[in-house]
Amino acid sequence: MARAADGNYLLSCGSDKSLKLWSVSRGTLLKTYSGHGYEVLDADGSYDNGQICSCSSDKTVILWDVATGQVARKLRGHAGKVNCVQFNEEGTVILSGSIDGTVRCWDTRSRRFEAIQVLDEATDGVSSLKVAQHELLTGSVDGRVRRYDLRMGQLHVDFISSPITCVCFSQDGQCTLSSSLDSAVRLLDKSTGEMLGEYTGHKMKGYKLDCCLSSKDTHVLSCSEDGHVYCWDLVEGSLTLKLPVGKAVVQSLSFHPTETCLLTAMEGRVQVWGAEPEETDEVVLAT
Amino acid sequence: MASDSDGDEDFVSYGTPLEPLEEDEPRKKPVPLHEQTVKDEKGRFQRFHGAFTGGFSAGYYNTVGSKEGWAPATFVSSRQQKAEKQLARPEDFMDDEDLGEHGIAPAQITTSQEFSSSRRDEAREKARAVNAQAALIPGDTLLEELIAPARSSIGVELLRKMGWKEGQGVGPRVKRKARRQQTGVGARVYSSTMPPAGSEDSEDDDDDDDFAPEDVTFAPKDVTPVDFSPRSGVRGLGYRGLDPGMALLGRAAPEHIDLFKPQSETRSRLFGAAQRGSRRGGGVAGQAFGVGALEDEDEDVYHKDSMSRYDTELGGEEPGDGLYGWTAPQQYTKRRDKSKDASYLGKILEGFTLTQRAGEEKTIFPPPTLPRDYRPVHRFHLTSVSVSRLSGVSPALAEALRTSRGHMVKEEPQQGGRHQLDSGQRRALLGEDVLQGPSSVMELLKPEDRDRLLNLRNSSNATDSRHATSSALSGAASSSGLHQQQQEALASWRGVQSSTQSFKPFEKNPSKQARYELYLDRLRQGDRDAVEQSLDSGMTEWERSREREEFVRASILYRPSSSSLTARFTSAKHDEDDGDTVEVSRDQEGDVDDKQAAVKMKMFGKLTRETFEWHPDKLLCKRFNVPDPFPGSGLVGMPKVKRDKFSVFNFLTVTESRETTAPPKPPETGKRSRWDISDQKKKIKEEEEGDASLPACSSSEQQTADGTKSVDQKSSDKKSNGDEEEEEDEEESRPPMDLFKAIFASSSDEKSSSSEGESEEEEKTKEDEGKVEPQALNLFNISSSVTSSSTSVTVSTCANQQTGNLKISGTFSQMLVRQRQPSWLSTKKRFSPRHHINPAPIIR
Repeated sequence: MARAADGNYLLSCGSDKSLKLWSVSRGTLLKTYSGHGYEVLDADGSYDNGQICSCSSDKTVILWDVATGQVARKLRGHAGKVNCVQFNEEGTVILSGSIDGTVRCWDTRSRRFEAIQVLDEATDGVSSLKVAQHELLTGSVDGRVRRYDLRMGQLHVDFISSPITCVCFSQDGQCTLSSSLDSAVRLLDKSTGEMLGEYTGHKMKGYKLDCCLSSKDTHVLSCSEDGHVYCWDLVEGSLTLKLPVGKAVVQSLSFHPTETCLLTAMEGRVQVWGAEPEETDEVVLAT
Repeated sequence: MASDSDGDEDFVSYGTPLEPLEEDEPRKKPVPLHEQTVKDEKGRFQRFHGAFTGGFSAGYYNTVGSKEGWAPATFVSSRQQKAEKQLARPEDFMDDEDLGEHGIAPAQITTSQEFSSSRRDEAREKARAVNAQAALIPGDTLLEELIAPARSSIGVELLRKMGWKEGQGVGPRVKRKARRQQTGVGARVYSSTMPPAGSEDSEDDDDDDDFAPEDVTFAPKDVTPVDFSPRSGVRGLGYRGLDPGMALLGRAAPEHIDLFKPQSETRSRLFGAAQRGSRRGGGVAGQAFGVGALEDEDEDVYHKDSMSRYDTELGGEEPGDGLYGWTAPQQYTKRRDKSKDASYLGKILEGFTLTQRAGEEKTIFPPPTLPRDYRPVHRFHLTSVSVSRLSGVSPALAEALRTSRGHMVKEEPQQGGRHQLDSGQRRALLGEDVLQGPSSVMELLKPEDRDRLLNLRNSSNATDSRHATSSALSGAASSSGLHQQQQEALASWRGVQSSTQSFKPFEKNPSKQARYELYLDRLRQGDRDAVEQSLDSGMTEWERSREREEFVRASILYRPSSSSLTARFTSAKHDEDDGDTVEVSRDQEGDVDDKQAAVKMKMFGKLTRETFEWHPDKLLCKRFNVPDPFPGSGLVGMPKVKRDKFSVFNFLTVTESRETTAPPKPPETGKRSRWDISDQKKKIKEEEEGDASLPACSSSEQQTADGTKSVDQKSSDKKSNGDEEEEEDEEESRPPMDLFKAIFASSSDEKSSSSEGESEEEEKTKEDEGKVEPQALNLFNISSSVTSSSTSVTVSTCANQQTGNLKISGTFSQMLVRQRQPSWLSTKKRFSPRHHINPAPIIR
């Protein structure tokens, strides 16, 4: 359950109902945020590292103040577990996708307790969402990747057929990456929906596992249930690296936005992988 | 009283006289200004200020401030404590002096003038009494009369000092003689209209005649003041309510109470001069009321009716005026003589009167005078007449006009009305483009048909039989079988060039339309198996057969000739504006089967991509720093359209599409819905081996209670381990059955799909549906413990399923949690179905 807020910090959310902020470089625990009633499922930091939002099985989304560790706002409205949460680029809106099939847009500026808008187009739980500029990408268990274009006022639906576990934009914003439960990661052209590449070989059948692109869009990385992180070349689609992380399922991974630095999460421990040959830092978390 | 004989008595002294100065007393030193101090009742010095507030400054130098300056009320507003709304009352600006006994708003209870006792202002009382006569309850001033003002006003005091006495009028004293003359004149004037009232005047006159000397003057008679008491109540102006004279005295109100004519009967009665004894003092009177205890005379209570009051003769004596029931207004008949108009000399019909108002005069304008040299013959100029432009006129008439040189020129063709223009001219005027497609009906026909028509026209013996043959095609089509239809479609489409503007019968469903067009293409090429080849192989048999029929029918209906005809029409929108409608998302997602097939072929792109209009919230746009893509539209989300609320088939299409959403399962696992299996059994069987395939639960099962679901799930899980056979057996009869089950079936039908061993357990849960299912409750409880530590494998999965179901009503989602316990993996249990149907229409 790792996520790099920016390059230097990482947030880990765990089943102990708390959220922990770590320093990536030093591997020290900076702060613990507790206030959720159930396991924390996802978290995101705002662009200025001033706020953290997290979501939990207790159907709430919580906006934290990073420095004080206080709950700035507790947003209720989802009818089920909230799977994923993210700030928009300016940190003015929190978007949260829930198992109830809706994405709710919460305003962090006003004191309103209702969501600004509820996107209920998904016919099943929303498993993943990403925001990039004016676009919102959601992956749903109904096997569709939806891209809401706020500027155009359009909704593009790409049918993948298998439940989506993770979606993300490429760094250049031209492609979308989506991993689904048919053990495939697909790179789709954003504008047309055509498939540019399909990356297989890993195992993803029952877990909601992450995938991501490297910082320079050269590689596609995905978690796997066999305890490896798979790394494919984006253009060729060939498996370039099979990183053994552990025996259990690699649950989450995150790539450093600028450097070649990878975070993986497995069984209550977050590992930091550097680019230098086989140099791995290990941050052991007691979650 | 006062007499003007003495000179001294002419003076009237005002005020209290100063004490006479004593000569020997030393003169008092005037008090210097700084020693002229005033203290208020509390001993504080008061500062002289000016005219207001009795010459003393109020507050702090007549301000609301203090010595330290003006301090506003402390304004407090924070997140916790909001500033309360401050309402300033006038009392906030008053000091205790204002609230004291003599202040503007005395806080103590004091007697006011109106409610103190002993002294009476009779004039006002009279006025009140006059008013009270018109009130609902006569004499309601009684209470006020008891409490009379203790203190008469300063005006009264002054008047009294000047020698005025109560009961007198105010003004110069008058001699009785002159006054009498005046009243005499007045009396004469009114004598015709008013009965000589037995009023005080006449009595006085009589008295005065006896002993009034010449030089004695009298005070003028008192005038009853007009009572200016404000109106209370919500009745309109002029409303007088129940007339007390009518109601209580048993007689009609004699007249309107006129304040300025004191001779009126009620008033004279009020003033105490009127008929005592002749009338009863009060109380309700009338036939039905009997005699009250206060009445002194026994009246005829029980009215005896005598026959003399009735007319016994029919058409006997006429009622006086001889109008025979003519009910003209009384005044007209009376005034007839008076208003006899001198201007009208003729005899006025009886019952009619001359109008008072003169009728409006009609102004008549004389015709213009003709010039002297005018000859009533007109000569036309030949050049101005162009008969060729008279399109609507028959040639004969035009000729006649031309010869007679009559004027019949239309000004401009544009002004001749739209009916004189043909469509081409109108189009040019409107700036429209030339219609695409054939311009004439003849061009739409096949060449042989056109020839035949031309022949018919030439021979001018067209009969209906020919038309019948030309139109017999469609009739034959309907009667013949599908194969025949296919042949026919083939015949009509073969060799036809693909027209760009063909009719699109499946426009709503793009993939279907694409398939249809493929079929048409094949037809044009003369392919005999066009239908079979163009159908989607990924569909079930039943769907394909249905689509096959549709395609053939559509291709016959919209055969090329008529398709070119349709180019001239615009197709209607699919909107239905009925009364009983429900909002349904306008853009439905297309057929999932096609997409499924496309995904399998890895043909992502157009086939899998769908784009809808989506309206973001205005605030969301603002927060994202993005201009609103649809400024001015209040819509948020997907555009909705109204659909018939009660049509099951509305939702049938929805469920269908959702139903087929069910398959989205990893293709590797080979889990497919039952729908697909029939056709592709062989292919799938290869993938299917050993894999736990879950049959897609029909949507109705999803609607049942959660308890049922969990059991069902379990049962289906168990079942799926072994018997594939049973499932396949059901498939033959399934398509229609399942479809209707999805809509109508209750959970009792689930029995068929579950294995026999589970059926009785299911029965039990069904009975418990209403209550909270005990097992579910347990599971739910366990689930909370699961979050902290994983318990046994099977239970935990069930628990998770259960929580998902319990929490999310209607949502039945694959459990995609960020997993912690690896036990999840080992169970290999996953939910296949994800139907989401709007539960409303399918509720049993």
